[in-house]
Amino acid sequence: MLQRRRKIVNVVMLSLTGVCTVFIVSVLFIILGYLFWNGARYLTINFFTKLPAPVGEEGGGMANAIVGSGKLLLLATLIGVPFGFLGGVYLAEYGTGIFPSMVRYMTDLLNGVPSIVIGIFAYGVLVAPRHHFSTLAGGMALGVMMVPIALRTTEEFLRGVPQSLREGAMALGASKARTIATVVIPAAIRGILSGMMLDLARVAGETAPLLFTSLGNRFWSPGWDKPTAALPEMIYHYAISPYDDWHRQAWAAGFVLLALVLLVNIVARLVLARTSHAAG
Amino acid sequence: MSITPEPETIVGSINQEPLTSSGSAPKQAETVKLSTDRLSFHYGSYQALHDISLSFYANRITALIGPSGCGKSTFLRTLNRISETIRHTRIDGQITLDGEDVLALDVTNLRRRVGMVFQRPNPFPKSIFDNVAYGVRVNGLARGTSVREVVEKSLRRAALWDEVKDKLHESAHALSGGQQQRLCIARALAVDPEVLLLDEPCSALDPIATAKIEDLLFTLKDDCTIVIVTHNMQQAARVADNTGFFLLGKLIEFDQTEVIFKNPAAKETEDYITGRFG
Ligand SMILES: Nc1ncnc2c1ncn2[C@@H]1O[C@H](COP(=O)(O)OP(=O)(O)OP(=O)(O)O)[C@@H](O)[C@H]1O
Ligand SMILES: [Mg+2]
Repeated sequence: MLQRRRKIVNVVMLSLTGVCTVFIVSVLFIILGYLFWNGARYLTINFFTKLPAPVGEEGGGMANAIVGSGKLLLLATLIGVPFGFLGGVYLAEYGTGIFPSMVRYMTDLLNGVPSIVIGIFAYGVLVAPRHHFSTLAGGMALGVMMVPIALRTTEEFLRGVPQSLREGAMALGASKARTIATVVIPAAIRGILSGMMLDLARVAGETAPLLFTSLGNRFWSPGWDKPTAALPEMIYHYAISPYDDWHRQAWAAGFVLLALVLLVNIVARLVLARTSHAAG
Repeated sequence: MSITPEPETIVGSINQEPLTSSGSAPKQAETVKLSTDRLSFHYGSYQALHDISLSFYANRITALIGPSGCGKSTFLRTLNRISETIRHTRIDGQITLDGEDVLALDVTNLRRRVGMVFQRPNPFPKSIFDNVAYGVRVNGLARGTSVREVVEKSLRRAALWDEVKDKLHESAHALSGGQQQRLCIARALAVDPEVLLLDEPCSALDPIATAKIEDLLFTLKDDCTIVIVTHNMQQAARVADNTGFFLLGKLIEFDQTEVIFKNPAAKETEDYITGRFG
């Protein structure tokens, strides 16, 4: 009797978890399919290689926005990852007393600041005084947005490393810093990196801060000190335009953005699988 | 290096007062390698150790026995000061290694000299090879030897080499619990410690591996002072020269193993050894 009940409960729970999994996965596929149907199927090589066509003309591409997004995210990573990572190491391994809990609280607050507010702030500090929009300002705004999550994921994953591993290393004569660098961080690095990836994917789609900082540009943006196009900002402008061709391009840009995020994720996972295999 | 007197000629002085180093020493002629003097330890406000005075003799094996929770691990962990890594703890009293004040020594140097194998196996999430090589890499290597040689030698000494020689670069976490414990022993041996602290090293091992580890302890005696915590009376009787009995954070009795097991002075010791409590 009890046996039977157990079996039934087991089957029910198994199917429930299965249904939920299928549901979540299918949402992703529906979004991908929708993007594809509405625009990405018109994707041509031109989209990746050409500048936007002059207003009113059909065709053209978003090569400048793809490169622009790449540059913005590179800057964001260069700012967000080191600050977040080192801050997280400090909080997890060295922080005692009142200061770290203050830092933690501030970080959570910063994480809750709406992106448009970060945009205005970046505008006030980095754009207005210099009288021009720039890639630099955009990248810094996105980088600041990355810091809280980068910091908290680093901290959480480092805290997850068992104390016994730290003791094992220190019992062999490793200093605290050495223990952290050679045992604790390697043990947590996969989690930290995937957290950073998610963080990057999150800011990759941010539009509001870019409208105040890198503005947008229908041409190439050489260097780091000029306004630049970026995919989310192009999607915004193209989607609210009156032209059908631009709508299709907005969908295509959405598809490309999503594909890039997925690609970064997959590459990161492959790299991680390789390194973890080598490291054991 | 030291003279071993005949067991019969020595009479340990045993009482329930905090033992003084002269009173507790079973043998006068031996060199004291490591000793504690009125050592107390607090976890926060909880006092886990009370005035422990105890000497470990060079090239001897000392067993620490006592019921669960009596402070054996805590005591062991003060000896290499790994206890300091836990917040809100306090050590009082004195620890002396080769005449030097342990509490004043550079802690990384101390831990290189005083190796430790923990109660629960704690291999690093690295390859088997990198686990054993870790201490060597951290401390720098003796001249003229290669990391590979040290790793092989250490694994052989820990009776693990034959089982892992074909998978040195696989993850240490793929090993069984007993293999992991022997890996931790190998890891500790790789840095050639002067004192080796073993916290129940055989609790996860089968009788064959246990026998191998015990053999290893006998060979290690030549260049090492060994302290072993064990719940296994037979093991203590087999391997240890001296034995200390702990109860509720106090050292009740410390003497030659033979005396402890055949003719203990304290009633508590006798009760524990004959299995009447604990
Ligand atoms: N990290 C800690 N924080 C607070 N109290 C602790 C801590 N570790 C141990 N204790 C306490 O100190 C006392 C001694 O613990 P210890 O681990 O030294 O016992 P033990 O003799 O090694 O026992 P066992 O044979 O079960 O390993 C116990 O009462 C335990 O609850
Ligand atoms: Mg213990």
